[in-house]
Amino acid sequence: MNLSITLTVNGVAQMVELADPRVTLLDLLRERLDLTGTKKGCDRGQCGACTVHVDGRRINSCLALAVSLDGANVLTIEGLAKGDQLHPVQAAFIAHDGFQCGFCTPGQIMSAVGLIEEGQAGTDPERVREGMSGNLCRCGAYAGITEAVLEAGRRLEASERKDVA
Amino acid sequence: MKTFDYVRPKTVAEAIAAASAPGAAYLAAGTNLVDLMKDAIVAPDRLVDLNHLSGLDRIEHLPDGGVRIGALVRNSDLAHDATFARRFPAVAEALLSGASAQLRNAATVGGNLLQRTRCAYFYDVASACNKRAPGSGCDARGGDTRLHAVLGWSESCIATHPSDFCVPLVAFDAVVEIEGAAGRREVSLDSFHRLPGKTPEHESILQPGDLIVAVRLPGAGAGFSGHARYLKVRDRTSFAFAIVSAAAALRIEGGAIVEARLALGGVALKPWRARSAEALLIGARPDAAGFRRAAEAALVEAKPSGDNAFKIELARRVLARALALAAAGTPDRMPALPASAFAPVEGAAVHA
Repeated sequence: MNLSITLTVNGVAQMVELADPRVTLLDLLRERLDLTGTKKGCDRGQCGACTVHVDGRRINSCLALAVSLDGANVLTIEGLAKGDQLHPVQAAFIAHDGFQCGFCTPGQIMSAVGLIEEGQAGTDPERVREGMSGNLCRCGAYAGITEAVLEAGRRLEASERKDVA
Repeated sequence: MKTFDYVRPKTVAEAIAAASAPGAAYLAAGTNLVDLMKDAIVAPDRLVDLNHLSGLDRIEHLPDGGVRIGALVRNSDLAHDATFARRFPAVAEALLSGASAQLRNAATVGGNLLQRTRCAYFYDVASACNKRAPGSGCDARGGDTRLHAVLGWSESCIATHPSDFCVPLVAFDAVVEIEGAAGRREVSLDSFHRLPGKTPEHESILQPGDLIVAVRLPGAGAGFSGHARYLKVRDRTSFAFAIVSAAAALRIEGGAIVEARLALGGVALKPWRARSAEALLIGARPDAAGFRRAAEAALVEAKPSGDNAFKIELARRVLARALALAAAGTPDRMPALPASAFAPVEGAAVHA
């Protein structure tokens, strides 16, 4: 059985040979592609540390079998910044102390970028907290995370308005 | 995880043929299945990947006001479909009260119907479980039964069905479209899931190879869109399974209820339609006394399966409050916390 798949990861298309159909997207990223920014917390879809975007949607990479994602477009935390220029969500997490130990942070940030792109939460902190409930932070940096997501959302909206004008 | 053969069919017919073999299972998002496979709670010999089939991911709005939802439609796409959320707001609210945004972005409609119980004894391979290992017994009996059934359970199994989505679906007479070796057939969602009896390992009416291709909601359900709510009591504010939930929908004309739809979640191994309670409401005024009477009728056959008698009264209160919320009217915008008990409602008890 040929288990080679094509994946575009952070803008780079590549062919990946899978020796085993059991490999999750999370393990593929970390163990095969050396993209260790995406973290393995619970490995059960409960903590959100493994959050990446697949075809523009935030998902838990620990529950996705890589073999079934043939042809998909994957964005990880490593693909978010433009060179040395941080993504507005990354900058906002620093500005608002949106982390302490940092383990959950890549998942938090990928989830926040997804949340803002989905456009359901707006500037309502309650909707932001609800929309981020799939990401756990054991340091309890939630207050800073919520502020960071709200500020980044405002900034991205403002820059979109500028782009349109 | 046990290894498996991976099959990627190009057509539904190929999928059915591949999945008819013993030990085969369908793979959609895998949000439940992969989790179960990691601990060998289920261990398929073959996975038949549905993700590359075309035509199963459409939301079709029907001329009668109903909707046909392809089995591969993702939970979030359905909940945020504007026409769907307008016609079936309680279903959208139930979807958004379930799991997390990441899981809803992946999990499918067909998979939601087929998700397994979250009974801790089913998940713990060191425990006896008649569902996981038929004939081994049930360690949930006499165990921690907070999430266990108070309706329709048996000595063999006291687990509950964990879905939120299925609760309003069964209230609105959803129909499951199934394709199998013998062709296509339809079955009401109410008769799709089986109660445990002596064979809790048989969870639905599906036969080997059978594939859910769509779920259909008849147009009559859209007639309740002005008064339709879902209410879910859980141990956390968000991202938790229901202890008890309820879908309630009313049609009110001239100050009286002319039609009602009610269903409970978290109380049985299937979404629990409460038809006798619906009948009691017809002709009644939408008030607290009538809602309480209906709630009592809905739970008349309930009995604790362990240390969970509290769930019976909780279910009565959740149902009565869901009715009060429905009577007050569907909100213009989806609440910030969908289906949350932390939202006051005029004329209802503060504590659910």
